[in-house]
Amino acid sequence: MAEKVLMKGNEALAESAIIAGCRHYFAYPITPQNEIPAYMARRMPQIDGTFIQAESEIAAINMVFGASAAGARAMTSSSSPGISLKQEGISYLSGAGLPAVVVNIMRGGPGLGNISGSQADYSQATRGGGHGDYRMIVLAPSSVQEMANLTIKAFDLADEYRIVVMILGDGFLGQISEPLTLPNPSGRSFNKASWALTGAAGREPHLVMSLRLSPEEALEKVNLALQEKYRVITEREKRFETYLGDDADYLLVGFGTAARICKGAVNSLRRQGVKAGLFRPISLWPFPHEELKAASRRVKKLLVVEMNSGQMLEDIRLALYASGDADSSPSSAEIDFYGKMGGTVPQIEEIIERVISYEK
Amino acid sequence: MKSEEVMEKKLVYGRPKALADCPMHYCPGCGHSIVHKLLAQLIDELEIREKCILVAPVGCSVLAYFYFKVDGCEAAHGRAPAVATGLKRVHPDKMIIAYQGDGDLLAIGTAETVHAANRGEKISVIFINNAIYGMTGGQMAPTSLARQKTATSPYGRDPADVGQPIRACELLNTLEAPLFIERCAVNNVKNTIKTKRALKKVLMNQISGKGYSFVEILSMCPTGWGVTPQQGADWVEEAMIPYYPLGNIRDR
Repeated sequence: MAEKVLMKGNEALAESAIIAGCRHYFAYPITPQNEIPAYMARRMPQIDGTFIQAESEIAAINMVFGASAAGARAMTSSSSPGISLKQEGISYLSGAGLPAVVVNIMRGGPGLGNISGSQADYSQATRGGGHGDYRMIVLAPSSVQEMANLTIKAFDLADEYRIVVMILGDGFLGQISEPLTLPNPSGRSFNKASWALTGAAGREPHLVMSLRLSPEEALEKVNLALQEKYRVITEREKRFETYLGDDADYLLVGFGTAARICKGAVNSLRRQGVKAGLFRPISLWPFPHEELKAASRRVKKLLVVEMNSGQMLEDIRLALYASGDADSSPSSAEIDFYGKMGGTVPQIEEIIERVISYEK
Repeated sequence: MKSEEVMEKKLVYGRPKALADCPMHYCPGCGHSIVHKLLAQLIDELEIREKCILVAPVGCSVLAYFYFKVDGCEAAHGRAPAVATGLKRVHPDKMIIAYQGDGDLLAIGTAETVHAANRGEKISVIFINNAIYGMTGGQMAPTSLARQKTATSPYGRDPADVGQPIRACELLNTLEAPLFIERCAVNNVKNTIKTKRALKKVLMNQISGKGYSFVEILSMCPTGWGVTPQQGADWVEEAMIPYYPLGNIRDR
């Protein structure tokens, strides 16, 4: 069995990117993700990789664009304000069908906000974030181990679907140290010979582009193909965890750091004889709509816990009350919400108290 | 003329092999097509076609990748040096050429321009300065001359209000890393021949892996300037060159 190591979330993520074969990493400093560029600055020269501290987040994401177009596994990381700056590049990557891994270690907002953890970029991440009709796959780890594991997965998903994959962590996950087993490489390989830019030797030139001047012939077709890709991803790549959900009366719903606290609350409530459970979306896009709806049918009430104003709450309402899916009748479960927006974590006592109040 | 006679003749001028056989969208009198031809001729002469990756900007030359038979990469507005950096770091043995206009290189992409040069990225940057935003309809560029009338400087560029036009070569010349910096023009045959010489040097520096090389080319935009092609070539000579002096600034 592989040895356990003690690492910060940010460092575990960085090392896992290297394990996944990433040799091109570009970033600009911003708290609370600074351990990632510092780690890469130390590690990349040891393994003949590239680390550039870019002149801006905008430059960093465009260096990723170039490296990805060249066929390499490339990554950038930042935190909320820096991710806003990267949105142009993410849209271009999406339009050009380039794989990339973008890490957002979220901090409080809006504006400069603070440097503590937050989940306030949920909507930005799950709706694409930049201009145009596109989506990213968004993965939300809730432990250092999962930050490592999902990083391996992110590179595979990015290459498989030629899509941008965002790892959506937060300042708490980035900063905490936990023991973990460093993951193994997935062993999967992806042939990029049909599109990567390597010089047109003995073949027709390749073009990496997102400009489609003809509306019907080109842009409509490209967008239809993108939407089809998103449909396939929605069908195949939903990820979630349920914890003591089968017999629960009350289902807590949260992702990332908020879900960790919810899990603690569930354990405590169970000890007090209250049947609580947890539903934790891991892929925030595609969101596990049907799975959550099915889980909600067995419970009296949902308590959604987020470190924002209730951004995932909107997806949960869609999940429970929408009638467009195969299971068309709306769920009758009530939804309550508890959120923190100041860059602090939800308090476990408050979650427990709130759930106990449902019993009265 | 009989066909046998033609067979005996030596081909002295033809379409470069690196240039695609298709009509270009450029306006009559535009300098882009001249520079494209020079670049394509050099790609042929240096036998680097199969190693080239051309980074096209946002602006009139965004479609440049359709005109060259080389791998092409689009870059968001101003980001060509960053995209080129990513490409070059993955493929240090390939020829990465960033082709940019004045709004792209010197307004929205100033940071990328300066920092790629300062890092000494081993790329070739070709800067087309025509003192105007051509594609978007003739707006003021960072290189528009004082008192030049454009869509967004209808009373003429007022340096007291928006500053003097920026000289890219002189700006980059304050940095340590660049190997080669030269300003050329394509307004007449003599200048065009010199431009080809500078372009060759820029490409040779990358072939030998020496470092960052930059060529600025003063170019005509008769449509954007609202003049005839001949007047456009004359305006480069009479108005642009006095402010943007031609010549080599650095050759290490």
